[in-house]
Amino acid sequence: MNLQQLNLLFNGTILMDGHISSDYTKAFASDLMSDVLRYRMENTVLITGLCTIQVLRTAEMSNITCIIFARGKRVTPDMLALAKEHHITIIESELTLFELSGRLYQGGLKPVCQ
Amino acid sequence: MRLHFEIEGGDFTAAGRASSEVKKTLKQFHIAPEVLRKVAIALYEAEMNVVSHAWSGTMDAEILPDAIHVVMEDKGPGIENIERAMEEGFSTATEEVRQMGFGAGMGLPNIRKNSDRMVLTSTPGVGTRLEITVLFKA
Ligand SMILES: Nc1ncnc2c1ncn2[C@@H]1O[C@H](COP(=O)(O)OP(=O)(O)OP(=O)(O)O)[C@@H](O)[C@H]1O
Ligand SMILES: [Mg+2]
Repeated sequence: MNLQQLNLLFNGTILMDGHISSDYTKAFASDLMSDVLRYRMENTVLITGLCTIQVLRTAEMSNITCIIFARGKRVTPDMLALAKEHHITIIESELTLFELSGRLYQGGLKPVCQ
Repeated sequence: MRLHFEIEGGDFTAAGRASSEVKKTLKQFHIAPEVLRKVAIALYEAEMNVVSHAWSGTMDAEILPDAIHVVMEDKGPGIENIERAMEEGFSTATEEVRQMGFGAGMGLPNIRKNSDRMVLTSTPGVGTRLEITVLFKA
């Protein structure tokens, strides 16, 4: 699914549109970046409750092009600047990691396999 | 082609800049995406380790026709038992590092997985040296 189809599932606020034609097929929910770095993340949406600049660095290294920040975490300007530089889409949502995961799963996204 | 970077221990805002620059440079060489990904992950894990566990360090990357060879050297507490440090789940990361989403003890095993050659040496109380080679072959 594309970004618009993805966001229809949970109506988040798109703070940054990476403007790359991505086809999202998988999602991964984690606050542990050590774990994110262990999997193949192409075409994967990252859902996280961790809101630090290292989430963006982790996404950049893992070729993740869309991050959903859960539980109303506020993304900082330096995070947005890094997202812009690397064409990473940033979405904020008030929903919990659990509910976001449920909605994306129901919407057809698959888990990431090792 | 050679690239040199200084890495500051404890500076979590800057952590990843060196790896990012290497990835950006390699992209221009039309390296296979799979190889690019391996290099980026291995270097970022190594850079995070210097930032998380050492006082200061350097990254020296040499881009050869068929491989990238990287040496990370740091001044820091060093590693007492390398075999143990290489085990999945072994970590001495501080609370601060864990709050940044790291410190699961998965970095060194992940560097091994994403490199073709990895040599880790350390002198406790002095520092640590990590050599990583990733081949460009398909
Ligand atoms: N450059 C270093 N200087 C000193 N100690 C290190 C260094 N790199 C690794 N270590 C030691 O080895 C342990 C394991 O490293 P590893 O990268 O596998 O895990 P981690 O950094 O603790 O957590 P993660 O990488 O999953 O975020 C560290 O906790 C630390 O004790
Ligand atoms: Mg580590």
